[in-house]
Amino acid sequence: METIDTTSISKSDLKWQIEHNQEKCTLCGRCAAVCTMGAIKADVQKRRKVVSCGDFPTPQVSETAVPVIKQIVTSSKNCVGCELCTKVCPNEAIRPVFNEQNRMNVKYRALNAESPKRGGRTNLHTEGRTLDKIKIGRISQMTDPSLDAMRHTFELLAPFGRVLPPENLPFSVDEKGDLKINKKIPSTRWIYPIIIGDMSIGALSPRLWEAICIAVAYLNEVHHLPIRMCTGEGGVPEKLLKSKYLKYMILQIASGHFGWNRIINSMPEMVEDPAGILIKIGQGAKPGDGGLLLSKKVEKHIQEIRGVPKSDLLSPPNHQGLYSIEESVQKMFLSMNAAFKFKVPVAIKVAASVTSVSVYNNLLRDPYDIVGGFFLDGIAGGTGAAHETSLDHTGHPIVSRLRDCYNAAVHQGKQGQIPLWAAGGLGMNGNLAADAFKMICLGANGVFTGRLMLQIAGCLGNDFGKCNACNTGLCPAGLTTQHPILMKRLDIDKVAQNIVNYFLATHTELKKLMAPIGNSTLPVGRSDALITVDKNVAERLGIQHVC
Amino acid sequence: MCRIGAIKSNEYFHPAKTLELMRSQQKGHDNSGFAFVMQDLGGIFEPYKDLPVLSMACTDMGIRIAEDILHSAGFVRVMQWTPDINNTEKNLNISPMPNYVFEVFNYPKMYKYATQEEKEELLLDTRLKLRQALEDNDNGYVYSFWPDTLMLKEIGNPKDIGTYFNLNTPNNDFVSKIITVQCRQNTNYDIVRYAAHPFFLQGYTVLANGENTFYEKNKLFQKNLFKGYIGFESDSQCFLYTLHYINKILKWPLKYFKHVITPLEYEEILRREDREVLLRIKASLAHLEINGPNTIIGVNPDGTMFVTCDSKKLRPVVIGRDKNTVIITSEVCGINEVLPDRDTTEDIYPNERETVVIDNNLRIERWKQ
Repeated sequence: METIDTTSISKSDLKWQIEHNQEKCTLCGRCAAVCTMGAIKADVQKRRKVVSCGDFPTPQVSETAVPVIKQIVTSSKNCVGCELCTKVCPNEAIRPVFNEQNRMNVKYRALNAESPKRGGRTNLHTEGRTLDKIKIGRISQMTDPSLDAMRHTFELLAPFGRVLPPENLPFSVDEKGDLKINKKIPSTRWIYPIIIGDMSIGALSPRLWEAICIAVAYLNEVHHLPIRMCTGEGGVPEKLLKSKYLKYMILQIASGHFGWNRIINSMPEMVEDPAGILIKIGQGAKPGDGGLLLSKKVEKHIQEIRGVPKSDLLSPPNHQGLYSIEESVQKMFLSMNAAFKFKVPVAIKVAASVTSVSVYNNLLRDPYDIVGGFFLDGIAGGTGAAHETSLDHTGHPIVSRLRDCYNAAVHQGKQGQIPLWAAGGLGMNGNLAADAFKMICLGANGVFTGRLMLQIAGCLGNDFGKCNACNTGLCPAGLTTQHPILMKRLDIDKVAQNIVNYFLATHTELKKLMAPIGNSTLPVGRSDALITVDKNVAERLGIQHVC
Repeated sequence: MCRIGAIKSNEYFHPAKTLELMRSQQKGHDNSGFAFVMQDLGGIFEPYKDLPVLSMACTDMGIRIAEDILHSAGFVRVMQWTPDINNTEKNLNISPMPNYVFEVFNYPKMYKYATQEEKEELLLDTRLKLRQALEDNDNGYVYSFWPDTLMLKEIGNPKDIGTYFNLNTPNNDFVSKIITVQCRQNTNYDIVRYAAHPFFLQGYTVLANGENTFYEKNKLFQKNLFKGYIGFESDSQCFLYTLHYINKILKWPLKYFKHVITPLEYEEILRREDREVLLRIKASLAHLEINGPNTIIGVNPDGTMFVTCDSKKLRPVVIGRDKNTVIITSEVCGINEVLPDRDTTEDIYPNERETVVIDNNLRIERWKQ
């Protein structure tokens, strides 16, 4: 008997299977044209029909060739389920269907000797979202009045920069009884409690990056919401560096230092200081890994802005030359502070980890007053490219870690002195305001969000294995590609408008959450406002258990 | 909601006046208690202005415990006064303690040449020690141990408390020039004597109405700041500790109290000349901000009395005066009882950005934040 090869790849192994209805198909070819993965093609199939007419069996064989849309099966590049084919089909004749029985986790590794890589965020949902188990339950009812979200004034601002302990403020009282500042103190900025961060040009297409920049500028200039955007580590356009809009940008320095040459060369011509500097040590989606930009995405404009040849760009997992927290404070913080004459706050971003509290404790004791923020990124954060094993199996949920850091600061009596910013899956359910508000009640000064911006911009993927092809350079929505034609799928103005709209809605929702608890300023650390029906969550976070 | 009151006069007066002030406001409180702090004492306490007065309600065992502690620390009693208890009236709504102790002490000998700060430290440490010792077996409550200050906190109907302590009949022995008062216990929670306003620490007195919605933030920040910031039986104690911290520990002028508890909005600060200072205060003392409905009346160690409100003016307060007396209280009906002949056009209804300050010459200043 002939050997049947079950080791090679077949359609039944794939995560997504194309269902094509030939009867509805008009052979317009739009599906095949739109598929960036090359997962389908127009093909011809033989049809063999045997018919018998008359009183006796007289089998007649007729063979015809019919045009079909055929799914291509390879060991590495297949349908990702983006459904763009369905979207463009005039007759609903084609759609990808998720194959629960797929064997790709085994096949891919067995056939390619390679660790699967993808974008997006963790696709393993072994536990529910903690934030969804928490409600805002302390409502002002007669003990104090609820406020009116539409009529009262609210101030939604968070500090970014080093906040000195009150006893260290260099104040003296003058003869008129006024306090005066005696010496220079570190810079603290007041910004919106949601930062857009930190996605690089390279991970994103320049058009998406530009759309976010436009949205940020518009939110600031027209709506007076001081929203800041972190550049990510991928360089910044020279025009932006020399424009007044630089004041809305937080420049990132990560272990690859991509684009910093250009930033430093532009400094003499900067007309505004940047909003801040964010030193990236780690990222929640792939903790312990450096940035990863595969050569497929290193097109000419990326080579230019980063100052690199076309190759895989792998940032090291560490900042070379830094061996301890104390040393990083001395070397990196000091040099970054000095570069901008101590006028620009410098913060640090780490992946949430069992060690986060130790790091934060250490930073809180920063003797130089130069640590301007602690950004903590949880496991459910997104990324443009990572090994799937990192995405799904490494990292730490953000909620309890943020709470622990806040409690550590309270224990030291230093809460608020190094502002806490948290991220990692916030807004995963589409409601960023609710997640942000709960994190603030648990002790965050503010939150940052990245992946959600892509979803607002038209990302076709989800957190259940759909698309996640950000790493391939073939993003079907034109968001995470550097391909000159694919990029044009993204409408810059519409994306900018959607982001603006989302933030306006979020701003209203934040006020709608503050008003019932009677607060017009951010309730940082007001965990008494939160309740949960989950006893474990209540105990772990120190909030009221209800039933 | 509480009703609160404060009377400051250039003449000594009896606490009967405070009962008069609060009685007409009883619809706004619930007659669940009566508490007052007397400062700048006259009458039989006048000769001892520099010496600490112990105000305490306790059991017989409590007295023994307290005396042991005070004697072993070297304090020597120089005067003792006990309120004239009215035992004849029956069916009074009051839960009295067996003993009410108001005693004046001489400092220990070794403090003869001590600085003011050292004496203040000693008095605080001693009060905290007494409080802790009396807490076991509910042996008593130590309200204050400070010069020129008396305090009483009682559970029950203020009218009955007045009858029980004979406070309805004024006399010249038990008088002072400043009295702050409240007619309510902390009825939102357990009735705890310490939880009743006014609150007192090292010469600072604060009483407030309304809920402190930033209680948790305030408390977590304050409990590490100073050893005297304890208890937190009421969310309003935080206001006292903030005042003490700003004025006593940081040594900032009183006007910055308002900037700490209700900081101006960022945009408004940017338009001011003192923006650098105000922005620093807003950032560094963010955890002492208040964000609920509150009116706060305070008295500083130098006798300055003031009132200020939350940033949205969600609780009432009015100030009325005549030549010899200034009254701050929740409702004008109270002032009408005590000062019926005053010029009501001079009454002040402070706005949300004001601190109204009364100095020892009864001069009223309205400070705009």
